Amino acid sequence: MLPFESLLKTLQTGSGFWNPLVWIVAIIVALLVVLIIRGFGKKDYKKGTSQTQAFLSGNPEYDKERMHIKGSNVYWGFSEILNWIINLLKKMHTGNVSDYVLWFVIIIAILFLSIIIPAGAI
Amino acid sequence: MNALEFFVVNSPIFAVAIPLLGAFLTPIFGMINDKLRNVFAIFIMIITTGIVFALSYDVVTNGIRTYIFGAQDLSLPVVRILFEVDAMSCFMAIISVILAVVALIYSWAFMKENTGLDKYYTLLLLMTTGMLGMELTGDMFNFFVFLEITSISSAALVAFWINRGKSVEAGFKYIVISTIGALFVLFSIALFYGQYNALNMAIIANSIQFTFLDKIALVLLIGALAMKAGIVPLHMWLPDAYSKAPSSVTLVLVAATQASLYGLLRLCFTIYGNMITLSPVSIGWLLVLFGIVTILLGVIMAIAQTDLKRLIAFAAVGEIGYMILGIGTGLVTMSPSISAAGLTALKGGIFHIMNDALDIGLMFLVAGAIFYATRETSLDRLGGLARNMKYTTAFFIIGLLAVSGLPPMNGFASKLLIYESTYQLNPILAIIAILASILLLAIFVKVLHSAFLGPALPRFNEVKEVPKSMLFAMAIIAGIIIVFGVFPDIIITNIVEPAANALVNNAGYISKILSLTGGA
Repeated sequence: MLPFESLLKTLQTGSGFWNPLVWIVAIIVALLVVLIIRGFGKKDYKKGTSQTQAFLSGNPEYDKERMHIKGSNVYWGFSEILNWIINLLKKMHTGNVSDYVLWFVIIIAILFLSIIIPAGAI
Repeated sequence: MNALEFFVVNSPIFAVAIPLLGAFLTPIFGMINDKLRNVFAIFIMIITTGIVFALSYDVVTNGIRTYIFGAQDLSLPVVRILFEVDAMSCFMAIISVILAVVALIYSWAFMKENTGLDKYYTLLLLMTTGMLGMELTGDMFNFFVFLEITSISSAALVAFWINRGKSVEAGFKYIVISTIGALFVLFSIALFYGQYNALNMAIIANSIQFTFLDKIALVLLIGALAMKAGIVPLHMWLPDAYSKAPSSVTLVLVAATQASLYGLLRLCFTIYGNMITLSPVSIGWLLVLFGIVTILLGVIMAIAQTDLKRLIAFAAVGEIGYMILGIGTGLVTMSPSISAAGLTALKGGIFHIMNDALDIGLMFLVAGAIFYATRETSLDRLGGLARNMKYTTAFFIIGLLAVSGLPPMNGFASKLLIYESTYQLNPILAIIAILASILLLAIFVKVLHSAFLGPALPRFNEVKEVPKSMLFAMAIIAGIIIVFGVFPDIIITNIVEPAANALVNNAGYISKILSLTGGA
């Protein structure tokens, strides 16, 4: 049976340390502070009234399906910037098992050249 | 010898024999009743889990345990197989049994509508047998045999949804890749046997001279095991297999992939041991390079995915990179002698093996739950599921925090060890690793938003929460993630550190066998 003290021990990482229990206590305190600040906020919010309707610069609200931001659209700009490398990597993933084996041969060749040849064994 | 001693002494063979026997008994129970078959398979796996835990406790307390099949006098020239179980073997076996038992519980409801479930449960138990055999054996040829058992059963399970062409294609790719890998492993074993007249890992490690043939064997084994472990650019089978297999199978596939990674660790640390420093190119630096490339490619490809399971599969590739980075850093910083920084890196890498299995495993189970409820995995078609699937959403958020390495989850503790040690090796490596982790967070936040948040979509109005057995399976993994995250020191001290020490101390591994043979 593990002694109770061992549950409270701090993980020493060499140069640093990590104690999740201290972190959790700190987060709880921070959340309490947030709740207190929130308590000072306005209390005139009414659910189900026009207050809760989306405001789209005066444009009508689309149906639910069209309003949802789809997976392809999240981080669209970010993905556009990375497109050059994504397209390059996609080209690597041909889905052809012969190409998978070719990569294996290439890696074996690289390992062979780097581990065996420099030793002057051949 | 009392019953308990008998049980502990024979636990290495029980850990493999019980799921093997259970695998072939399962169809017989299936002929009687489907529920009885499911209960039997889960019961077998729970017994196996108990045995692995008992064996692990014994190994951590009393040191390496051996089990000899055949003549007990090792000086006799008789063919025999020898299991040699150290803390590293136990560490890997614990991962395998936990994932297997969770997969079986999850399968109860998840696979209920499918036919051919007698074969499914048999293959799942066989796959677990193969993994445990790979992890517990001390014999190279035996390792190959269990590798084959794992590969064949895995390929059949990847292609289990045989009515879907892509599943069959993924299974075909998996078996081609596995067979080629296994062929090279077998060839390497032949090179060892030809030179040293031995198949036992410890005896080969004791005799190894780093000859030309040993170098060829090293190259072939690294290549084959790296391919099976999903290291870039040999990972391409992995997204296909992970995404097309049933989610319960994918969970065990994660453990099977890690069993190959274990083989790579055994190769570098035990069989080649100190000889590996004689390599003209540092094997440690090679692993660091492979690790960084694996992280970057996995994460960047995950950004581009819109299919949930394929996205998680690429994230899994990235996570493999973290393990390789930690292990590679350990190898670099421990040459020529053991250093504290090297041991920290190794502990980080090893701890991350378990964390990855749990975190990515949970993500696949959540993906399976979404598929079960909606018959959909495209992130472009999903949305608003948090309203109808509250528990699944909660499990996804736990998995999200853990995979991204956010405190206080388990992924943070292992990644912290990896960051810190790689920073000491080269700060740029640590920066890349941290940035990739941030990208992983962004990727899974995208999944959270597109699948779970947003307005309630009319086509998912009828969607309900998944059955209790699936929720229970996810809860087990989520619970372990939280416990490992909140008490990382206990896990590292009692499970990870003994595994890292066992791996580093190859002299102890070798001397255990030599003491049995009388130094022959």
